[in-house]
Amino acid sequence: MAALPSLRNTAPWRVLDGFGISARAASRWVQPRSVDELANIIRRAADENLKITFRGNGRSYGDAALNAGQLVVDNRGMTRVLSFDRERGTIELEPGATIETMWRTGLPAGYWPHVVPGTMFPTMGGCVAMNIHGKNCFKAGPYGDHVQELDLLTASGELKTLSREQDPELFRATIAGLGLLGAVTRVKLGMKKIESGRVKVRPITTPNLNAMFDCFVERMPQSDYLVGWIDCFAGGSGLGRGLVHQANYLSAAEDPAGRALLDNDKQVLPPKIMGVPRSILWRVMKLMTNDPGMKFVNAVKYMLPETFDSSGTFTNTHVAFAFLLDSVPNWRNAYGDSGFIQYQMFVPDSTARAAMAEALEHCRKQGVVSYLGVFKRHKPDEFLLSHGLDGWSLALDFAVTPGNAQKLFAVTRDLTKIVLDAGGVFYPAKDAVVDADSFARAYGDRLTRFLDIKHRVDPQSVFQNDQARRLGLV
Amino acid sequence: MSAPAAGTAIRTKSPHPSKFERAIVVGASSGMGAELAKQLAAEGAHVALVGRRESELEAVAATIRAAGGRAIVAKHDVTAYEDVPRVYEALTKELGGLDLLVYCSGAQYNPDESVYDFAQDREMIEVNVIGAIAWTQLAAAHFEAQRGGTIVGISSIAGERGRRTMPGYTTSKAAMSTWMEALRNRIARYGVNVVTIKPGFVDTAKTAHLTKKPMVISPAKAAELILKAAHRGGSPSVFVPGQWQLVALIIRHIPSFLFRKLNL
Repeated sequence: MAALPSLRNTAPWRVLDGFGISARAASRWVQPRSVDELANIIRRAADENLKITFRGNGRSYGDAALNAGQLVVDNRGMTRVLSFDRERGTIELEPGATIETMWRTGLPAGYWPHVVPGTMFPTMGGCVAMNIHGKNCFKAGPYGDHVQELDLLTASGELKTLSREQDPELFRATIAGLGLLGAVTRVKLGMKKIESGRVKVRPITTPNLNAMFDCFVERMPQSDYLVGWIDCFAGGSGLGRGLVHQANYLSAAEDPAGRALLDNDKQVLPPKIMGVPRSILWRVMKLMTNDPGMKFVNAVKYMLPETFDSSGTFTNTHVAFAFLLDSVPNWRNAYGDSGFIQYQMFVPDSTARAAMAEALEHCRKQGVVSYLGVFKRHKPDEFLLSHGLDGWSLALDFAVTPGNAQKLFAVTRDLTKIVLDAGGVFYPAKDAVVDADSFARAYGDRLTRFLDIKHRVDPQSVFQNDQARRLGLV
Repeated sequence: MSAPAAGTAIRTKSPHPSKFERAIVVGASSGMGAELAKQLAAEGAHVALVGRRESELEAVAATIRAAGGRAIVAKHDVTAYEDVPRVYEALTKELGGLDLLVYCSGAQYNPDESVYDFAQDREMIEVNVIGAIAWTQLAAAHFEAQRGGTIVGISSIAGERGRRTMPGYTTSKAAMSTWMEALRNRIARYGVNVVTIKPGFVDTAKTAHLTKKPMVISPAKAAELILKAAHRGGSPSVFVPGQWQLVALIIRHIPSFLFRKLNL
């Protein structure tokens, strides 16, 4: 066989960005269509001393799927559902298959993914690498908790099947392992049996941060989903004011009509929002995406009651409730060319109230206010570099502009100090700004153990990306 | 504009710089390329000289260093397309980044009208078009990502019309001008400055055989005008010297049935 052309010299270049737009890099790019092709690429890249990162739909906010000057291996050439067991509700997927593929496969048979993020576009490869979570993480745990088995193609070309029984150490390092241990080529997951195509949603207004914590504590035992939205502009006695959305699955007895909604065609996002077609909504939002505009939008969102009946609830299809971010296609473009960063802090239960109040207050004082605050409860899990902990998270979206960049980075450094002092951790799927020392402090001994495994399964350090280099993970 | 903690991750659009810190000049061994390299170095830029003829490059680099400037040299044939990423990456690593890429390599043959020489035509396309694409698009990808940078392509007024006296050359320069225009339309919005230079007659080895050279200028003067255009920013397409703009305007509007009768 003739020698294949060098990847270094012939692979096309692409300028790729993180979901936050603000992080971007030019790199070589390939999209293999099969495990064999993928194995071949890994071998050639190793021979040519090219570093590989994997990339799916680019939903990580920062530089997790960027690899400046090196090689990005796009998993979207491998998107098949390999099997679906209607009896057990187990599904096997290729790495480029998305959360959307998963729910569309399961829903008609009465299954919904145990864990979905706020968008249906992440790929399985990305979900494994980041161990993503959803609005039910306090109860269902992260994505990894529902993975039964996966195949990992390592730098040596070996295809290893990993599970809690088979090579459990590597299994627990691969999930939340940022794609640094090899290519995930197959994921097998359990799905949740559901009886209705919709959920019951209860919105609850919380006048400040403590009220939001209290609301979660009170509601967690009887909720399937809980997510808090925070108006980060509010201060004083209203610091941390917002809305909690509680949602619950509905049984066939509670919602007999819900069965008919177990139909993909019935699971649609609203075509218009406040009279504006979804496809152009981001352009309208762009006009508001500045400090005064967002201050106004946040206040209106806080004040405006949502439509619900006398029980204080309304129903929503699974898709409409789960994938709120997809309701506005291209919403990230509202931030313009400089984009935004998301800073998500994860802090233990014991320190969370004080740390989050301090973070919100600090941002206000510095005049660097998040346009969106999202609040959740988490629980610990078994994965080595997971962000899961017995605590809480607050996700903050900050616009980046040429004028505010330096000030913003200074504020995020302060936030990082708050997180570390509170004994918290960071979440690489969101991160664009944390430094290696802070990451090491947050993960401590777990990082050391991860690096040991990394050196063992990828001694040449073939798998790298911009974030891993920044965080000292390679 | 990136915070130390953010590493290479976050770049916002930056204003067009008043001077170039790090530059690559492809085709720097003689003529306009050599002059551009010298003038860039005199402005304080760290310059990488790229070309086929290593001894000539070294001589230019020696002149630069003697004048207190900084220069490095890379031997490279622009038609070795697959070498471009390696050379580009090695040089940008040594320079510590890149603000300016000048593509100045050019092949020119003016055969007698009785000659049909595919080898010559091919060489002109390979050097003037494919080499230009290989180099400038690689810089374009990096500049788009870093939201800044300047790409200068030395095309020619010859690309304005297909001329009976130089079919291969005019075709190659038309293609190069179109490529540069497309590149500008693609990435100017990201703060990248894409500059097309269309010189008239410049007193170099390539034009030595010509007897009539109206409005001829020295390579040094051409380089000065080119740098001026590059510094200005805003992705211009300029004739060098500027008087050629009027000539080009007229030439572009001569109808084909007349143009074929002219001895151009």
